[in-house]
Amino acid sequence: MALLSVNSLCAYYQTELYGISRTVRAVDGVTFELYPNEIYGLAGESSCGKTTLIKVISGNVKPPLKVISGSVDYQFGSYAVDMLHVPKEDLRRNVRWKEISYVMQGSMSVLNPVRKVIKTFEDIVETHDQITNRREFLEQVTAHINRLGLPTEVLSSYPHQLSGGMKQRVAIALATLFQPSLIIADEPTTALDVVVQRGVLQMIKDIQGASNNTVLLVTHDMAVHANVADRVMIMYAGRIAEEAPTETIFNAPLHPYTQHLIGSLPMIGERSNKAALKGTPPNLANPPSGCRFHPRCPYAMEVCQTTVPDLVLVKQRHRVACHLIKEASA
Amino acid sequence: MSANGKLLDVQHVTVEFHIGGLMGGSLLVAVNDISFSMESDRPAIFTLAGESGRGKTTLSRLLLHDLDPTRGKVLFEGRDLATIRKRNDLKEFMKKVQPVFQNPFETFSPLRRVDAYLFDTALNFGVASDRQDAARVVDGALRNVGLSLDEVSKRYPHELSGGQIQRVSVARSLISRPKLILADEPVSMVDASLRMEIVNLFRKLRDEQKVSIIYITHDLATAYYISDRIAIMLRGYIVELGPVEDVLNRPAHPYTQLLKESVPEPLPADRESWAKHIELGTTEVKEYGREGCKFAARCPYVMDICRKADPPDVLVNQQTVKCYLYT
Repeated sequence: MALLSVNSLCAYYQTELYGISRTVRAVDGVTFELYPNEIYGLAGESSCGKTTLIKVISGNVKPPLKVISGSVDYQFGSYAVDMLHVPKEDLRRNVRWKEISYVMQGSMSVLNPVRKVIKTFEDIVETHDQITNRREFLEQVTAHINRLGLPTEVLSSYPHQLSGGMKQRVAIALATLFQPSLIIADEPTTALDVVVQRGVLQMIKDIQGASNNTVLLVTHDMAVHANVADRVMIMYAGRIAEEAPTETIFNAPLHPYTQHLIGSLPMIGERSNKAALKGTPPNLANPPSGCRFHPRCPYAMEVCQTTVPDLVLVKQRHRVACHLIKEASA
Repeated sequence: MSANGKLLDVQHVTVEFHIGGLMGGSLLVAVNDISFSMESDRPAIFTLAGESGRGKTTLSRLLLHDLDPTRGKVLFEGRDLATIRKRNDLKEFMKKVQPVFQNPFETFSPLRRVDAYLFDTALNFGVASDRQDAARVVDGALRNVGLSLDEVSKRYPHELSGGQIQRVSVARSLISRPKLILADEPVSMVDASLRMEIVNLFRKLRDEQKVSIIYITHDLATAYYISDRIAIMLRGYIVELGPVEDVLNRPAHPYTQLLKESVPEPLPADRESWAKHIELGTTEVKEYGREGCKFAARCPYVMDICRKADPPDVLVNQQTVKCYLYT
């Protein structure tokens, strides 16, 4: 049973200014499923639609972003939610933070600089429940952050007193307060250095292991996916290029874009020449026809310029959208 | 040419900042007794790496003569930067040392065409006498980075991709034919598919244009890929300095060992070792203010002496290591 099913989702940014209309096709026909108890990695370069996809699946669609077609359905145990049609009040009270929580990129700006950390915890809890017994609440929050390996002093500190890694871990503690079914982590370690990054990702992994929920980890750093994710999806220009278990993505990638992405990763202890991909990332307001990767693809054929390749299942749990790849015969 | 054959010579430099109010507050030593040098006859790429909040930005401001050290000296071609006061001298210095910044979209104003910056640089530094001459110089610099004036002229920053605009930023720094380029996190804002393009460009500049580069980064994998020597910084100190192969393949300082272990390798098969739990530093101010070795609280080999006094610099194989383990 899938926790989240996204079906041929198209979400565009549509603007009209002084009679000039512009459409940016940020998410264009994306279909995938998330299952309980997994870490799902989402990778791709900037402006390939990662953040737009997250906005839609977390129910944060505001103009100029519009969902053109498709569906986003959740199944939290026996509680089913159609994300595109759920009433706002329901979303705020019962879904956000209780079932889906979100760890943002710059956690430095998540915490209110003039309030102590504990106040931020209070604010979040009060959105959902009344705090009746303050002492009991404090005990619960303390137990929660201690379980995550954070010292109790954090609660009575102001954000500027904490280091970047500590603030990011506080943001994760906030996101996991209600034991949500899905944690969306959008570039949670981009601003951090490698040692702190390792600590933060280990914490996310531990939480996932302890409560068997689902983590959607978005980052462009393939090395992070190699170490953390169970399955990885590679997005290119608003579409899924490839989706497979982590080992397959790294050891036997099929899409030319994935192959380049994996092949160009620098590693300590190895200095052979790594080529950069030629060309520039596509502009989603005016994407290339056919396969959107064809202007940069070393194997581009005529069919690539005209026809959009289907996302086909090549073997179990491995889907690729490329004209070079044939569907596994059933 | 300088007297001692050194392009850049940093001698025991310390920078202190006073934080807090007028009466109270404390002293933050952002850069602590740092020494390193670069040869002038052998162009090289020198990497400064380490955790965030370790004084690398302060050091880059120091080398660009934007900040004077509290103690110590920075010599460029034998001349102390603190003696550069006159406008013309400063201009000469800026011609020879050029920066490349982290975020190319912040480097250039969104309201100004990017080629305007290139022409300004050429004319202000007196590299070109008029606009026509400047166009030739600018085109030459752009060709060095794999672009041309036709491609970027009359274009605004948003019309170029991240990789392109960062290359324009590098081209701008090349116009005055510098001897040294200081690149502060030049690839951290650039897309993964374009990152190698910038990194390869630095290699090419070193080999073909004979430009020395100081590459400031936290990405050890690209540092290993391009640099000749590397310095690992921790809380204002250089804890380990040496040839990049030695430092990253056989790290001697416990902090470098932790750092190297923490770099995620793009190999799903080895995820076990990376998943080993680690201890993180507490708040930044606490670690800066600590007596003795700044890594003592997290070091697995900590001894009593580490908490009392600064460790000395010890030569281990090819690398200089600041640690009591090797005394």
